[in-house]
Amino acid sequence: MNSRAHADPPPTPAPQSARSITWTRRKRALGRTWRTYRRSKMGMTGLIILVLIIGMAVFAPLLASSEGLSAAKATGGVLDPPSQHPPLGTDDLGRSMWTLTVWGSRISLLVGFAATILSMVIGSIIGIVAGYYGGWSDRLLMRVTDWFLVIPFLPLAIVLASILGRSLFVIIFVIGVTSWPGTSRVVRSQALTVKTRPYVERARALGASDWHLITRHVLPNVFPLIFANTILVVAVAILSETTLSFLGLGDPLQVSWGTILENAFTGGAATINAWWWLVPPGLAIVLIVLAFTMCGYALDEILNPRIRRRGIVGAVTGRVEDGSEASP
Amino acid sequence: MGARRYLLSKVLQALLTLVFILAFNFFLFRVIPGNPAQILARNKLLPKEAVEELERDFGLKESLPRQFQLYVADTFSGNFGISYTFRVPVRQAIAERIWPTVLLVGVSTILSTVLGLLIGIYGAWKRGSAFDLSSLGFALVTYSMPEFWLGILLLIAFAGGVGVFPSLFPTGGIETPGADYTGLAHYTDVLNHMFLPALTLALAYIGEYALIVRSSLLDVMGEDYVTTARAKGLREGLVLRRHVVPNAMLPTVTLAALNLGFIVSGAITVETVFSWPGLGLLSYEALRAPDYPLLQGLFLLFSGAVIVANLIADIVYGYLDPRVREA
Repeated sequence: MNSRAHADPPPTPAPQSARSITWTRRKRALGRTWRTYRRSKMGMTGLIILVLIIGMAVFAPLLASSEGLSAAKATGGVLDPPSQHPPLGTDDLGRSMWTLTVWGSRISLLVGFAATILSMVIGSIIGIVAGYYGGWSDRLLMRVTDWFLVIPFLPLAIVLASILGRSLFVIIFVIGVTSWPGTSRVVRSQALTVKTRPYVERARALGASDWHLITRHVLPNVFPLIFANTILVVAVAILSETTLSFLGLGDPLQVSWGTILENAFTGGAATINAWWWLVPPGLAIVLIVLAFTMCGYALDEILNPRIRRRGIVGAVTGRVEDGSEASP
Repeated sequence: MGARRYLLSKVLQALLTLVFILAFNFFLFRVIPGNPAQILARNKLLPKEAVEELERDFGLKESLPRQFQLYVADTFSGNFGISYTFRVPVRQAIAERIWPTVLLVGVSTILSTVLGLLIGIYGAWKRGSAFDLSSLGFALVTYSMPEFWLGILLLIAFAGGVGVFPSLFPTGGIETPGADYTGLAHYTDVLNHMFLPALTLALAYIGEYALIVRSSLLDVMGEDYVTTARAKGLREGLVLRRHVVPNAMLPTVTLAALNLGFIVSGAITVETVFSWPGLGLLSYEALRAPDYPLLQGLFLLFSGAVIVANLIADIVYGYLDPRVREA
């Protein structure tokens, strides 16, 4: 026992626990970020579109009855062009395009978010382990990351999905396990710098375990970056879902924007000039991907001013400039 | 000294990646439970001889390491098995389709690189102008767009003929069926068929190139030697041509190679939309069947092509920028 423990601590007005201090500090940091973010025109535009589309997915039952999804209960004629009713026209089964697009947002967003979470978990673990431990595990993990970066996404996804079968879960899994390399690179580079900061060294000198250092010091510092990256990955995941579904690898029983496009294509929308069968889901995809990308960029600029990225590819794949090459 | 070691290490890395792809491919098709090889051989409807033949083909009775050995030997001798759908060796099915894809991807890559370069340079030069802002917007929107969706819309507008648009271009294929053009007429026919798919792929990637070139140019413009050049009294155009653009080209080289992987993905869907008889459409057909030997061969080919492209980019980069070699 330390003899100093016997001495009474000086009476302070409101003794705060370490945890509550951390939380106040984090809340303040969050507030600062938000104030900066609000000034970004691009970020706010993206956020507004995002809120509208997520609202559409959440309140889908209020916007269109789910009965309209079943061909047996469809009310419209076959391939009606847009008119007063139905507003966006109908598909080959007489289902309203409005209903399909509204309800399709749920599956598209679900796949986007779920795949992103999977990719984030894999990417973060690999990035933190590589950056924190360094040495041979770093070299090995980064080599594997490079391999996955090189394999062209769509051929790999096609092979995986055709072996594993057609289902929503497979789509999520396939996108998740193919889109993590960018994240792991970004996380690794951040973990490398956090590791060498004096307070981490001090904690280590005080006998903190690796687990403690990673969860209490490295992770909280890497997290903002993971978050900004997440937003960009969601955009990619939604686009990937669209492509995979278009190729016929989606779940045939679920309506997503991708499967609507697949039906339109295989149903010959191009040859019968049924543009209204393609435009609503396609525009929805463009809007949501645009919104996520804009938010991601705006956030990235705030949280990550030091690591400059080369355009969209750089932002997505995490091909970042070395700190040594960065100009002041 | 530095140069040779750089080259050697890059080649070695590419070979390692190739080995990884081979092992990964083997793992996908042979090792994970419910893999195609197993499922095929367990099909109860197959006659006994067929099952035995399959087992012999895939070497299913052998141990896994031995199977891997056979598979590697097969792969290097170009033996990928027989395509289920086309009933010809996979190698032949791929060889018949390879040139249309090379043509399409080549033309659209050149188009998008050159146009992206020009747009990016001009945008960076007139930073903040209406042109710059609208090219940024264009880049963001095309990035957010599925290529095949853009393709179908172009198809409807310019091939189907909607409203004021007459039917300008053929709806698909690589040549007019049954026309048997020769010489110049054949080339114009192919060009006419290629216009829309190449335009789609080019549009999808111009914005990205423009963005990369722009940001890389802006970086270089902040360098001291550019300020020096300006202080010497050089005209702005000359500063740009002599001092900025050559140095800003470096990242573009890497990007062109990196992008090949994305363009391959784009080619799969765009070729499907325009029935362009290349490897992309072949992948779609193989996946719809599903034709596993063909899928496997295509996967290896695409991955191999991207690895080689990356290697070439690394070498070119090292040649252009000596700092990379020395590092």
